[in-house]
Amino acid sequence: MKALRTLLDKQRPMFEKGGKLEKFYYLFEAGETFMFSPNHTTSSKGVQVRDAIDLKRLMVTVVISMIPALLYGMWNVGHQHFIAVGEAATFGDKFLLGAKLVIPIVLVAYTAGGIIEALFAVLRKHPINEGFLVTGMLIPLIVPVTIPLWQVALATIFAVLVAKEIFGGTGMNVLNVAMTARAFLYFAYPSQISGDIWTYLGGKTPVEGYSGATALAIGAEQVVKDTGNSVVAELNSAWFPGLFDFENLFFGAIPGSIGETSTLMCLIGAFILIVTGTGSWKIIFSVFFGAYAMGLLFNAVGFNEFMSLPAHYHLVMGGLAFGAVWMATDPVSATHTETGKWIYGFLIGVLTVIIRVFNPAYPEGIMLAVLLMNVFAPLIDYYIVQANKNRRLQRATV
Amino acid sequence: MDLINLGIRSIFIENMIFAYFLGMCSFLAVSKKVPTANGLGLAVIFVLTITVPANWLLQEYVLKEGALSWMGASFATVDLSFLQFIMFIAIIAAIVQLVEMLIEKFSPGLYGSLGIFLPLIAVNCAILGSSLFMVQRDYSLIAATTYGFTSGIGWYLAIIALAAIRERLRYSNVPDGLKGLGITMLITGLMGIAFMSFMGISI
Repeated sequence: MKALRTLLDKQRPMFEKGGKLEKFYYLFEAGETFMFSPNHTTSSKGVQVRDAIDLKRLMVTVVISMIPALLYGMWNVGHQHFIAVGEAATFGDKFLLGAKLVIPIVLVAYTAGGIIEALFAVLRKHPINEGFLVTGMLIPLIVPVTIPLWQVALATIFAVLVAKEIFGGTGMNVLNVAMTARAFLYFAYPSQISGDIWTYLGGKTPVEGYSGATALAIGAEQVVKDTGNSVVAELNSAWFPGLFDFENLFFGAIPGSIGETSTLMCLIGAFILIVTGTGSWKIIFSVFFGAYAMGLLFNAVGFNEFMSLPAHYHLVMGGLAFGAVWMATDPVSATHTETGKWIYGFLIGVLTVIIRVFNPAYPEGIMLAVLLMNVFAPLIDYYIVQANKNRRLQRATV
Repeated sequence: MDLINLGIRSIFIENMIFAYFLGMCSFLAVSKKVPTANGLGLAVIFVLTITVPANWLLQEYVLKEGALSWMGASFATVDLSFLQFIMFIAIIAAIVQLVEMLIEKFSPGLYGSLGIFLPLIAVNCAILGSSLFMVQRDYSLIAATTYGFTSGIGWYLAIIALAAIRERLRYSNVPDGLKGLGITMLITGLMGIAFMSFMGISI
């Protein structure tokens, strides 16, 4: 540790003002603060409240909270592969296969995002922080494992560049960066990110009766074809019994994007975020509540089969849990006011279920619901601040 | 049910801004502050709700081929549809004048902040666009009124959301070359992606 410190201290003058590599100061600073806490302290005249946690540590906490979902996702990729091709495999086989497929995606996302970030840090002289570690981890978790790597790179570059860097970097963007990446893929390369492409087959022929459909796709199909079959019955009879029962949907051994299948792992992540104070429990709770309330409302109306799906199924199907925990809670693109967080989260939940049920073109609603509410978040904030101002003005004049 | 469907379609799916890029000039120019955007948005809703049915009546009883048959058999073959553009614009301009007078009377502050853009509603492409779409799609009078009102709401939602985002952008560090209109165009594109969520919804 000490040797590292002295090494860094030796290099420092080269990067400081007037040094040879002055231009690359922020790269050096990023590397340094990645390992050591920054040494700027408050002066005797400054603010006296200090906290060991800064933006960098905050971002790392988010990355840590995603690790259960990532590891589970790796196992699940292998698991789905071996079920689909009908081979028996041990836990280790499944995990290794998954890791072999998932790690390249993570590395590509990190490299592509990191290059853009570093480029802008040098050109625009803003510090780099671990925000791109979060984005680079989120993007692999929300794509199918079969996605071509160049698309991951392209989507990451697009999202980091257009959704974040042109606004000035971390903390200044309007839309959630990872969701923008996914939306970009969704609209630019629909064939690689929708349909039955969720299981890696590796060139082998799948077993008889195999269909790669996700639970949401099955639900949407009942509406489009107007079969009149109950969605729950269809889920239970899909491919093999027990694949899409409530319990398995909750634990997440189902086809889907790499990290989003398991509601349990998302809840573990939510627990880490809430306990460390990193994510807003108000948003997470109100997304789930909004989706559940809308599910119940639809049950009461129920003029198609997807509407009559028991409301609690909506909470475990698709990416709702993942979106609620890691996408909606993004502190930059969410509403900044506390009251606003309730409204914002609730509307995300409601919109997700509406898009799922009424829009067969997009079986997964959470992505677009989050983006849409990102667009309206500043407006919600504006009116809440305005209402507060008016209240206080009234008090002042009395 | 059809009317609700039409309403949802014209607010979200076929949004004047994000699907047709109509009315962009005032959308980009008057979206710097929420209260101003709010005022212009409301004015647009008002103008649309009146002009679309007014133009419908005009089209149905004056301009369409054979529309003049109520004046007598000799007029049954008259086709005035070549006058469509100029007549529609005249109606729109007249109604905008009316709105302008009303706003000046009741809200001088808003009148001041809207400035030149209020008379410019007359040439706002979203307004003429809705009238032309209404003709093209053969709406009934009630459908045309709903259509005008709801496309106004769609336009209103787009402009206040953009205005709130632009107010927040004051804290951003946008590259010099993109400041102002550049970044606003990009935001509009990103908002368009978000609005895609509704494409395909039908009740």
